[in-house]
Amino acid sequence: MDLVDNIRRGDVRAIARAISLIEDLEPEAELLADSLFPDTGRAVILGVTGSPGAGKSTLVDRLITLERQSGHKVAVIAIDPSSPFSGGAILGDRLRMQEHATDPGVFIRSMASRGFLGGVAAATGDVLKVLDAAGYDTIFIETIGVGQTEVKIVELSDIVLLVLMPGAGDEIQAMKAGVMEIGDIFIINKKDMPGADKLRMEVEYVLSFKNPGHNTVTNPIVMTSAANDEGIELLWEAIARHRQEIAGSGTLEQKRRYRLERELLGVLDRKIHQLMDVRIEVSKQLPDWVDTLYRRKVCPYALINEQIQNFLKEGRDDRTN
Amino acid sequence: MPLPEELKKKKKDWEETTLREVISRYPERKTEFVTGSDKTVDPLYLPESFSAQEYLEKQGFPGCYPFTRGVQPTMYRGRLWTMRQYAGFGAAEESNQRYRFLLEQGQTGLSVAFDLPTQIGYDSDDPRAEGEVGKVGVAIDTLRDMEILFDGIPLDRISTSMTINAPAAILLAMYIVVAETKGIRKDKLRGTIQNDILKEYIARGTYIFPPAPSMRLITDVFAYCTREVPQWNTISISGYHIREAGSDASQEVAFTLANGIEYVRAAVKAGLTVDDFAGRLSFFFNAHNDLLEEVAKFRAARRIWARIMKERFNATDPKSLMLRFHTQTGGSTLTAQQPDNNIVRVAIQALAAVLGGTQSLHTNSREEALALPAEESVRLALRTQQVLAYESGITSTVDPLAGSYYIEALTDRIELEVWQYIDRIEALGGMVPSILKGYVQKQIQEAAFRTQKDIEKGERVVVGINKFQMEEKRPENLLRVDPAIRQVQTDKLSQVKRSRNSSRVQHSLSALRQGAKQDDVNLLPLILEAVREYATLGEICRVLRDEFGEHKETIVL
Amino acid sequence: MSSKKTRILIAKPGLDGHDRGAKFIARALRDEGYEVIYTGIRQTPEAIVQTAIQEDVDFVGLSLLSGAHNELFPRVVDLLKENGAEDIKVIGGGIIPEEDIPLLKEKGVLAVFGPGTSTEQIVEFIEHGSGR
Repeated sequence: MDLVDNIRRGDVRAIARAISLIEDLEPEAELLADSLFPDTGRAVILGVTGSPGAGKSTLVDRLITLERQSGHKVAVIAIDPSSPFSGGAILGDRLRMQEHATDPGVFIRSMASRGFLGGVAAATGDVLKVLDAAGYDTIFIETIGVGQTEVKIVELSDIVLLVLMPGAGDEIQAMKAGVMEIGDIFIINKKDMPGADKLRMEVEYVLSFKNPGHNTVTNPIVMTSAANDEGIELLWEAIARHRQEIAGSGTLEQKRRYRLERELLGVLDRKIHQLMDVRIEVSKQLPDWVDTLYRRKVCPYALINEQIQNFLKEGRDDRTN
Repeated sequence: MPLPEELKKKKKDWEETTLREVISRYPERKTEFVTGSDKTVDPLYLPESFSAQEYLEKQGFPGCYPFTRGVQPTMYRGRLWTMRQYAGFGAAEESNQRYRFLLEQGQTGLSVAFDLPTQIGYDSDDPRAEGEVGKVGVAIDTLRDMEILFDGIPLDRISTSMTINAPAAILLAMYIVVAETKGIRKDKLRGTIQNDILKEYIARGTYIFPPAPSMRLITDVFAYCTREVPQWNTISISGYHIREAGSDASQEVAFTLANGIEYVRAAVKAGLTVDDFAGRLSFFFNAHNDLLEEVAKFRAARRIWARIMKERFNATDPKSLMLRFHTQTGGSTLTAQQPDNNIVRVAIQALAAVLGGTQSLHTNSREEALALPAEESVRLALRTQQVLAYESGITSTVDPLAGSYYIEALTDRIELEVWQYIDRIEALGGMVPSILKGYVQKQIQEAAFRTQKDIEKGERVVVGINKFQMEEKRPENLLRVDPAIRQVQTDKLSQVKRSRNSSRVQHSLSALRQGAKQDDVNLLPLILEAVREYATLGEICRVLRDEFGEHKETIVL
Repeated sequence: MSSKKTRILIAKPGLDGHDRGAKFIARALRDEGYEVIYTGIRQTPEAIVQTAIQEDVDFVGLSLLSGAHNELFPRVVDLLKENGAEDIKVIGGGIIPEEDIPLLKEKGVLAVFGPGTSTEQIVEFIEHGSGR
């Protein structure tokens, strides 16, 4: 496949086209992802999450500079929600990283969530493979940290940077629900704002509850002011140290195995779903099913079990014919 | 004393009989009537009250606190507003010609438009200047260009307004040196530099440096001019562009005055005494379509600023409390379709500005939605002002619309809304944090989006665009800027660089660099030195860019 | 099941800082279901082209009010070609005299939308007029 070769050579157009194939759910995307798979596993994936306005993009922008100074090729996937009403999206994260737009060693791609719950994570996983195989050393995934979709995306990362800022009120409360659990490095950005120290203490407090038995690596807290270029070097060093720690302790391998497991199960899930959808025409029949359910003429489990039985019978019939 | 019960009762009677009777047969054209800023307009206004005390508190007398009725006691009976057409394009030679033309046609003050490279501190030969040289204003790279620009113009008798912001100190320095060479002392110079960086971050985009060093440059100008150029308006705090970016009337005033508060605070923090510099602050507003709302807007602005200066900054000199302003008719209201309609729009907008008590006025030309104006068009725009001044009669008395029940109700309502915005901004920590957080930009964008949607839906009529459209011939003879200008300027630059004393230039730039590193050094004298040696605008800004850094856009989508 | 979306880059080349129109159209196009990448003011043609390629957009919409369109729009078209991306369609908007449009089209700008254009007209072009 020409495209695959071009990607391996780092051709930007090819990489971009490949990403489009994947997010458009084109049939070629599967073969593409598999073709590139053997070349993956080298890049370090840094997930950056936190509430809107915390300064994620600005932080990533500064980190890109440091990465480039150390000779790394960097890629960024910036994910923003699609409008639930129109299905469209305004993707503006890259605006804060635009000074890197003409650096051939930096690739930035904006992705919209396109409204499918599990879908974004799947697409992002395959997009990561493209960038990994293309030779990018560090890949940032940037997303807003609310909701289950974003949690899934962050699971794709080797290291998760959680960006917080003072003055967001009960942010910690909301964050506790899942995202705090998966954060590896905690960043308090806009540290010049009032409440920064208080926030730091709150984070320390919450972290102290993380199960010491399972938690074999330390979770640093770094204070930054990205807009003023403060704390960035410290952050970078913390990331580098964390990388070493998880590589050395076997945690990185564990994470990556877990990620592959989840990916595999995800593919299986989607494939079965697709298969069933085709075979028993879920979309077409759904309105009628809902109708009979609403009128209490049939029950949910019974309805589905019957469909599955029919499906299996067809399969047996297919084979015997 | 509130409205007499009798009057209230009569109004109710009127509504329930006479009005109802007519409406049942002839319903009103719309279910709701709104101002240009989308605020509800009642069918009828009555006096709010009859009280001398309230009159004195809210209106007062022209030339006295709270200045609602005007900043001078005689207003246009004493002196007409300055007719000041914004102009500039191409090279200094061409703009100089246009200025002489305008002065001949009866214009009473100059207003200089600079091109984008000049406004953003790039020389004409900079790669970033590609395609932009001389397009939206005159290209000024060195003192030499400035000398040509004002050739044959009596700077001691003419006031000049320069629309320049980030590099304002540098252009002011050039102006001062040009006057010097003509033998005119700087204490005789009258004019204005726009010098309003906050609105650049909000709505106009020609910033260079981040907020803190930009404020330092501005307060340096305040301090320098207070001592050395006392007749100079050191800033033109602008709402025009905020309105053009899509805000409504109240937001235009609110964000402008909030910027004003920020500048006064910065100056006081830098050690200046309010009454020393506040009298030289000036403002710049938009004159939009809704005539009556605009008049009310200007009156409200004066009342609010007077109170702010008196109560928040304890200014005592009456000059410090006066909101003096220049007005430009709203460019964004003009259409490319049926350009002659624009002449009518501008006339109405100019009327609003004069009824609103402006000190100085620019009227747009008919083809400005398409190109910079040709001579005939800008002359007609000037004539519009002259007809207003001499034939319309509105200059015969001060604040003629005062006492109109609708105007007073509108003035009060705008005032209320403005205070709400100002309070919100104070709660966010002032204008700078509000801008960095994107609060101000968001308000403007929301208003802009709604307005455009209303136009597209046809709810807001724009004659010639969504109603009364027609097939037209393509307009001809539009002004074009010769693209060769970039080469012309580049050649001029080479020439200047060859004939100047390079080591003195380097010396002056070094001194400037050193001065920039220290917060307590006033940069004006150092800039003047560099300018005298024919350092280019780009070279001077390069030094400042190195020392101050560059501002990155705060994106609000 | 394809989830394909039309992707559009809205860009402001040159030094012009008036972004009211660009921001409006970005939002309006989002409301029409497109994915819009907006990169702010003061973009060089080089940055615009690299962005367009990385984002694999279908259209680049250039917004310019400063009169520099004859220089900057063709520059973007040329750079796209040089980078093997001439299939990315370039459209323009802003203050562009009608008499300049034929030359811009000759240089590869597919359509120019002047003042008074409605969102509907732009969408119509994207969906039906651009030869997709």
